[in-house]
Amino acid sequence: MSRHDGARVPAPLLVPAALGVLFLALPLVGLLVRTPWSQLGTQLGAPGVGEALRLSLVSATLATAVSLLLGVPLAWVLARSRARGRTVLRALVTVPLVLPPVVGGVALFLVLGRQGIVGSWLDEAFGVTIPFTTTAVVIAATFVAMPFLVISVEGALRAADARFEDVAATLGAGRWTTFRRVTLPLVAPGVAAGAVLCWARALGEFGATITFAGNFPGTTQTMPLAVYLALQRDPDAAIVLSVLLLAVSLATLLLLRDRWLGRATA
Amino acid sequence: MRRRLAGLAVLALTAAGCAGADGAEPRGGDELTGTLTVFAAASLTDVFTELGDRLADDHPGLEVRFSFAGSSALATQISQGAPADVFASADEAQMAVVTDAGLADGEPQVFTRNVLEIVVPAGNPAGVTGLADFAREELALAVCAAEVPCGAAAEDVFAAAGVTARPDTLEEDVRAALTKVELDEVDAALVYASDVDSAEGAVEGISFPEAEQAANDYPVCVLADAPNPAAARAFVELVLSPEGREALAGAGFAAP
Repeated sequence: MSRHDGARVPAPLLVPAALGVLFLALPLVGLLVRTPWSQLGTQLGAPGVGEALRLSLVSATLATAVSLLLGVPLAWVLARSRARGRTVLRALVTVPLVLPPVVGGVALFLVLGRQGIVGSWLDEAFGVTIPFTTTAVVIAATFVAMPFLVISVEGALRAADARFEDVAATLGAGRWTTFRRVTLPLVAPGVAAGAVLCWARALGEFGATITFAGNFPGTTQTMPLAVYLALQRDPDAAIVLSVLLLAVSLATLLLLRDRWLGRATA
Repeated sequence: MRRRLAGLAVLALTAAGCAGADGAEPRGGDELTGTLTVFAAASLTDVFTELGDRLADDHPGLEVRFSFAGSSALATQISQGAPADVFASADEAQMAVVTDAGLADGEPQVFTRNVLEIVVPAGNPAGVTGLADFAREELALAVCAAEVPCGAAAEDVFAAAGVTARPDTLEEDVRAALTKVELDEVDAALVYASDVDSAEGAVEGISFPEAEQAANDYPVCVLADAPNPAAARAFVELVLSPEGREALAGAGFAAP
């Protein structure tokens, strides 16, 4: 990443690393080769494409915001607290990683659906039903994406030198001040990396969304759902939509890197 | 001696081609061996598994394997060279993907039909009575997306009934629509009659006259590159036989 120290890649790493790049990049090349570039304009101008893209970006961003709000404190608890049951807690956090997303969607129904434990109460008390709304899209994305943030931030907290926090404490800083002024800046790169992972996962989210939020253009149809349905009728359209989603997410991440991540991770 | 007879039987079946499928060779007279791989539409899961078991019972040397999925996913896999012996599609459009690519051995044959039915949670809490209820804004309603066969059929029946449907979600396949009814998260959905049968107890089906206007024909064929063509023909023959038809009727499918 940093070119100034001029580190040469050791030969035993070079070959597997190159294979790794090929493995990850070739499917992308496959998509690009098959993309019907001449149809690009018509496919992108098709009704619903802009809507789906906007919905995807908005819901992935909201999911990341919620994940930051809840996930960073949770990561702190996992990394720093001495409370009993932390192992169980960590296992619980990874459940959404292991669960097939479609099953995650059913689980969300059982809690937040109109017959769900919490959902039925929401319905009776406030007349609020969550499934099949944009809120449900954000909830589904948060459910599957937040663990990525929590695990990244927890790793960063564990790796961070706790002596800085001790020094801050001896200088009279309270725990909250220490967290805000010392710990958080120290693990900022980890938080940023976790947020990027979380956002990317939320953007690509499919299974839990189509189960819990359903699929309706404008309210719950995100890009991955639009791609899947396009694949049923017109594979070319599906490829164009996938390439668009990839291009937009790559552009966003590169832009963020320059603006914000670049400074944090350099 | 027995082995030579078996070889002859396989030869005879192979020579008969796809036309042999509607011939009258008795099953059980030949020794089918190896593995038979059947790609079939998800709606056929229960009834094809049963028919596969019967074929395997008649031929102890034969192992029958299934891949059940959406017809379009299966058609794509076959086009990409999946090693399947038989393809049974839930509509003719997806079968055309396979035949147009020259991957079918002979003409596909329609073996059954499926019509749409309204499905509601047990007890029908929203009091749904017909297609007209799909225009009620206050109900939570699921219909398949127009891109998949059950959604195309749904559009046809709504057009025939003159109903402007107001669904809350356009499902990616018919089982997903059914699941939402089973979970009691929607008040009604449009699925195939065979799906209603498969979920008996948890849901109730309501048939409606316009369903006939959008019946789906299910074609089946032996694939040109079938690794086990003899077993493939025996299976297609079983599906088309009176015994197969009876099993399909028992699962809620209509006669072709």
